[in-house]
Amino acid sequence: MNSTLDRFVGGKQGAIGLAILAALILVVFPLLLDAFRLNMVGKYLTYAFVAVGLVLCWGYGGILSLGQGIFFGLGGYCMAMFLKLEASDPESTKIQSTPGIPDFMDWNQITELPWFWEPFNSFGFTLLAVIAVPVILALVIGVAMFKRRVGDVYFSIVTQAIALILTVLIIGQQGLTGGVNGITDLKTLMGWDIRSDEAKLILYFVNAFLLLGCILIGKFILTSKLGRLLMAMRDKEERVRFCGYDVAAFKIFVFCVGAAFAAIGGAMFTLQVGFMSPSFVGIVPSIEMVIFCAVGGRLSLLGAVYGALLVNFGKTYFSETLPELWLFLMGGLFIAVVMYFPNGLAGLWQSHGQKWLVRLQTKLRKPTPPAPLPRNDKRDDGESKPLAAAEPSKLETSV
Amino acid sequence: MDSQLKGAKLRFPRRLALGAAALSMLAASAFAAPPTAEVNTTGLAVTDTEVVVGQLHSATGTMAISETGSIQAERLAIEQINAAGGILGRQIKVIQEDGASDWPTFAEKSRKLLVNDKVAAVFGCWTSASRKAVLPVFERENGLLYYPTFYEGLEQSKNVVYTGQEATQQILAGLDWVAKEKEAKTYYLLGSDYIWPRTSMKIARKHIETVLGGKVVGEEYYPLGHTQFGSLINKVKLKKPDVVFAAVVGGSNVAFYKQLKAAGVTAEKQTLLTLSVTEDELLGIGGENMAGFYASMKYFQSLDNPNNAAFVEAFKAKYGQDAVIGDVTQAAYLGPWLWKAAVEKAGSFDVDKVVAATPGIELTTAPEGYVKVHENQHLWSKTRIGEVLPNGQFKVVYESDLIEPNPFPKGYQ
Repeated sequence: MNSTLDRFVGGKQGAIGLAILAALILVVFPLLLDAFRLNMVGKYLTYAFVAVGLVLCWGYGGILSLGQGIFFGLGGYCMAMFLKLEASDPESTKIQSTPGIPDFMDWNQITELPWFWEPFNSFGFTLLAVIAVPVILALVIGVAMFKRRVGDVYFSIVTQAIALILTVLIIGQQGLTGGVNGITDLKTLMGWDIRSDEAKLILYFVNAFLLLGCILIGKFILTSKLGRLLMAMRDKEERVRFCGYDVAAFKIFVFCVGAAFAAIGGAMFTLQVGFMSPSFVGIVPSIEMVIFCAVGGRLSLLGAVYGALLVNFGKTYFSETLPELWLFLMGGLFIAVVMYFPNGLAGLWQSHGQKWLVRLQTKLRKPTPPAPLPRNDKRDDGESKPLAAAEPSKLETSV
Repeated sequence: MDSQLKGAKLRFPRRLALGAAALSMLAASAFAAPPTAEVNTTGLAVTDTEVVVGQLHSATGTMAISETGSIQAERLAIEQINAAGGILGRQIKVIQEDGASDWPTFAEKSRKLLVNDKVAAVFGCWTSASRKAVLPVFERENGLLYYPTFYEGLEQSKNVVYTGQEATQQILAGLDWVAKEKEAKTYYLLGSDYIWPRTSMKIARKHIETVLGGKVVGEEYYPLGHTQFGSLINKVKLKKPDVVFAAVVGGSNVAFYKQLKAAGVTAEKQTLLTLSVTEDELLGIGGENMAGFYASMKYFQSLDNPNNAAFVEAFKAKYGQDAVIGDVTQAAYLGPWLWKAAVEKAGSFDVDKVVAATPGIELTTAPEGYVKVHENQHLWSKTRIGEVLPNGQFKVVYESDLIEPNPFPKGYQ
């Protein structure tokens, strides 16, 4: 029981980190930010799904996908299709030549709902499709590539090409997809107005819990035997293969998990922002998503969340205060991260923050035990209490 | 209270002087600026001396080159309004946000402007995609957007004033002119592949086939950013249409016209009418590569009237002698002036009242001449045909009457 829990949260260290993050996004942000800023944080957190997936794929699996926008976009589009159909009831589209179909179809002389839009009338199907469509695509890509032992940089390039192909396809088929404008003007989810402030607050919390859920799943995978195999593969693929493991199967699995996470993020993005467009599918957003992960630290699931938050916060802040210069500042931030903290925020935390935390702990402990410190690890029961008491204060100082 | 008590201790003449001063100040403020509580009942960012507006264009990214002209023109108009005493006695303060050529960023920034900054109006957007992205935000938060670009129509929101032309205004006059002047019978339609060219060509085809009795011999679309027009040029040479009707946008323009010229398809042999080349685009294409071709627009920098002369002079004085002014730049310049007229007519900054006052607003000082706002919040405007000159300017060869805006054209859908 305890050990399973341990595996989910990743030990005491992991539990503290997770608690801090949960407190931050579940308590601190909602209390400190107004509805508008909170909705923006919600949007940033949808990118964190992708970044968490990338930590699994890239940081631990060694698979650098430069096309996570594909899955983010597909998840988002599946959700957007459902919402668009709901927003295009015959009543509100009666000025069209064909009422009852999405407005962009009407502009493109389409008179009937295309067959692949039909199932998206059902919410159940949509929820399934949000995960299933991207995962199936990831499975196809994964099987086609990893079974043939295509890896490394070739894999990255192919994912980029697929992202580009998908963008061209979506833009080109504008009658079926909304083209470059995307699917816009989404209003309600099963009759519930998703544009109101209350709805945005609820969606924010749904989003936050889903994200924490994904992080737990990620931790569970990483602490399992599978996680160790992934790391072994990343460091020396041949060795794992010669041990008799089917390397391709593991890679496909972790790639699909990454795709599923990205897709959940995409669907939540659509719900919170109110539209979906091909500008999230292409090469540039896909690379941006890798940057979130790199800034956060590609070996840390929690770091990825902070990375997504920090980069997007920087984007918003700089572009609001210095509309003409902000791109240079963002560029400077990335260069600084790559030059000075190659392991990202998480690396920074491990090299500096943890030392400081240990020093803090020792300071706090000193008054209670008169005995010298090195013997600490032997006393189990007596030790756990002061540590537990120290945790809340640590919580505060780190936030 | 405090000042009254102090005043009571003063000797008579000073009290009189003070009282007179206070009275005159009161009177002055009453004439110049009506009280804020009266002109602003919905909590917009309006003080006794200031009103805040937003400006939302792409200052960075691929659209920056197109949108910079709009940013400059809006700034110029706002400065001129401020210099002339502002609106209802209040100076206009601008909060500029960068949409960064990215549609979700536009949506985010528009929310920021409306919800956080509580701006009284927003001047912004350029592409249809960015307008579509912000539209739900403006409708939900009840904001007011002045949108400057000529666009495909099929939209009419009470929260948007469209200061550019919608598709029928720009297209029908152009086609009528070319059918009459050039006795055109066969047309080759060509555009970039997105909603504006497709909708425009749909309208054009209907008009050519049903009204003009002509024939469309080809219709093709190329992805945005496409640069290889060799096969298309061969088809044009083969089919020899009387008119090539083009709506190619952005970087593709440069490649298209240079390749046309290289293939020997010049104005002597081929009539070409475009919907998408203004003075701004000509800077990139080069006037010599397009000389003799025609463009259908509501405004050209070379328009000969006193309003335009003053506008061009002010624009060049502020942004340099080499600055060029295209159709959209002029339309963007109209935005703040139309808003000023509507606010003054309504006597209030409240969006609902400004919207109610907007239809029927006339602007006799517009560089393009005269415009009037229709009930559908588009502008009545004239369409001009300009012939490209080698120096990158247009010679106006035709001017239509005022054309009624019709964003949902019956029979053309």
